[in-house]
Amino acid sequence: MVNDVAVIGFAQSPSVPVTDGTTNGVEMLVPVFERALAQAGLPKSDVGFWCSGSSDYLAGRAFSFVAAVDAIGAFPPIHESHIEGDAAWALYEAWLKLRTGEADTALVYGFGKSSAGELRRVLALQTDPYTVAPLWPDAVSLAALQARLGLDAGLWSERDMAEVAARSRADATTNPLAQLSGKVDVEELLGTEYVADPLRVHDCAPVTDGAAAVVLAAGDRARELVGRPAWISGIAHRVESGSLGVRDLTTSVSTTASAEAAGGVDGVEVAELHAPFTHQELLLRQALGLGSSVRINPSGGVLTGNPMFAAGLVRIGEAAGRVFDGSAGRVLAHATSGPLLQHNLVCVLEGAR
Amino acid sequence: MTQVSDTEPLGAPLRIAFDYTRSLGPSLSRFATALREHRVLGVRGSDGRVHTPPPEYDPVTAALLTDFVDVGPGGEVVTWSWQPKPLDGQPLTRPFAWALIRLDGADTPMLHAVDAPREAMRTGMRVRVRWSPEPTGGIRDIACFEPEESAGASPTPDPAEVTMITTPIELAYWHTASPEESRFLRGITEGRLLGQRCPVCGKVYIPPRGACPVDGVPTTDEVALPDRGTVTTFCVVNVPYLGQRLTPPYVAAYVLLDGADIAFQHLILECPADEVRMGMRVEAVWRPREEWGPTLENIDHFRPTGEPDAPYDVYAQHL
Ligand SMILES: [Zn+2]
Repeated sequence: MVNDVAVIGFAQSPSVPVTDGTTNGVEMLVPVFERALAQAGLPKSDVGFWCSGSSDYLAGRAFSFVAAVDAIGAFPPIHESHIEGDAAWALYEAWLKLRTGEADTALVYGFGKSSAGELRRVLALQTDPYTVAPLWPDAVSLAALQARLGLDAGLWSERDMAEVAARSRADATTNPLAQLSGKVDVEELLGTEYVADPLRVHDCAPVTDGAAAVVLAAGDRARELVGRPAWISGIAHRVESGSLGVRDLTTSVSTTASAEAAGGVDGVEVAELHAPFTHQELLLRQALGLGSSVRINPSGGVLTGNPMFAAGLVRIGEAAGRVFDGSAGRVLAHATSGPLLQHNLVCVLEGAR
Repeated sequence: MTQVSDTEPLGAPLRIAFDYTRSLGPSLSRFATALREHRVLGVRGSDGRVHTPPPEYDPVTAALLTDFVDVGPGGEVVTWSWQPKPLDGQPLTRPFAWALIRLDGADTPMLHAVDAPREAMRTGMRVRVRWSPEPTGGIRDIACFEPEESAGASPTPDPAEVTMITTPIELAYWHTASPEESRFLRGITEGRLLGQRCPVCGKVYIPPRGACPVDGVPTTDEVALPDRGTVTTFCVVNVPYLGQRLTPPYVAAYVLLDGADIAFQHLILECPADEVRMGMRVEAVWRPREEWGPTLENIDHFRPTGEPDAPYDVYAQHL
């Protein structure tokens, strides 16, 4: 019998445009580990498995994640792993470790200093290296192509997109770690210049430096440590073709398939969606089949703070937080990776188990 | 909490560049060779749809695809976005449109740039390839697309088989040293060697680090260290390499400064390479003061002091 696994702790750094720290994230991670472990009531020495997500392309140096291990204090030797990608996928790896009983606790972390380079250009290197990356298509321009497909098809309007931005920033007023927040007027947003027609500034997630950590525990260990663990009832990820042209960019079949494999959206009260562009939130809601009663991104989402390679993990942490505080019984977190929602992960969490 | 946060961290620009050379395999070789001949190729998928650029394997069934067909050079804009400020490396340096373009005879669209005024751009518009005057075999042989009605004459093609592409990649960063490293770098600019002590285990790190790798806590107390120490381990460099400053053979060694718990790498000169040994006592030879900057290169090299060798026990825990 495999173990049930729960999220029992979560912490994130403030989302900021620039940090003084290094690209290896050590300075951001030390306090984040401290707070996540304190919430879980777990001493650092008891962590059975450490797993991180980050990117050398963002850091501008090879093996940048190795220096981040300093923040752990890796002596006596620890059980550790890293993925080049969003730490939501590091959480997936840790979940497997706990399911199979190889460890009974894990700390998953992600970090990124996007301000060190030119993010939209760095992300061009995620595309096909033979026929696409040599053109240096930046991430904002690509997202704009996707946004127009939906606009032309009547799936969303520029006003719908601005409303997503306004709602996100209003929600972020209760999130002290958000980078952008406040009451904004949709008319005013629609009056601003395009940065990449049909996208305006408010349609794009800000460039953010930040880090986050999630603590996992299995079975009775989770019950011992915290009063209300957020049990992972399902988690799955699916990837689509690396060729942009063959995909239907107006929906996300990989998100739909992930949600099905993770147990479906029935009864989900809150969803934290990893949508770095306003139209992608609208697209994901449709792909997931989330009705109007589902509360979307009460944290403000990545449109109000987008720490690269941590932002997907933050969605899981924020969703778990709704279970910790008793405000929801069944929640969904989504994470994405690759150009135009190429690779998607869905994690469903529940209170009682 | 720390004594080091009162100064701004040091930073410097960092440019990383590499020419990625990739072999193309059968499908992309045909695609690239055709581009050089001013033809665009697609490949027919398992479901009959024609894809361009041609994937080697069907995106749905993963079957090997070999039924190549000519597509374009004209096509239709499926979607577009406007790039008001082109970035380094993009196909055009003046404002242009990105577009997914469905070439005549293809079913799936391909990405490229369209050189047209902002007002001319619309979904469904007809465009055609503008060939690069200097084909190299690759997607950049298509300089861009242009509105069909304004298309000019094409340069003469250069037929030659293409099996490799080279893609220059260059990224620019602002690289920041940690607050602790910045203290070290400011110290060495004045000829001082500043380490830091971990508040938990008491180990002294030079250069200091953002967190003690044993305890995961920031190092705090500053410790001034002398510019002499012990060779813990070393290697004799016999291999020439690009950018090498010295003529082999020479010695690169780990030097453990007196009072430090971590060694750093430096050169041991002023003695024959075969005389360098573990435990050898060495001292820093500094460059002229006017050449000093925020770098460990202020120390040109280390040389033997002539003191008796340190006993193994002294450095055994620092190997
Ligand atoms: Zn220590």
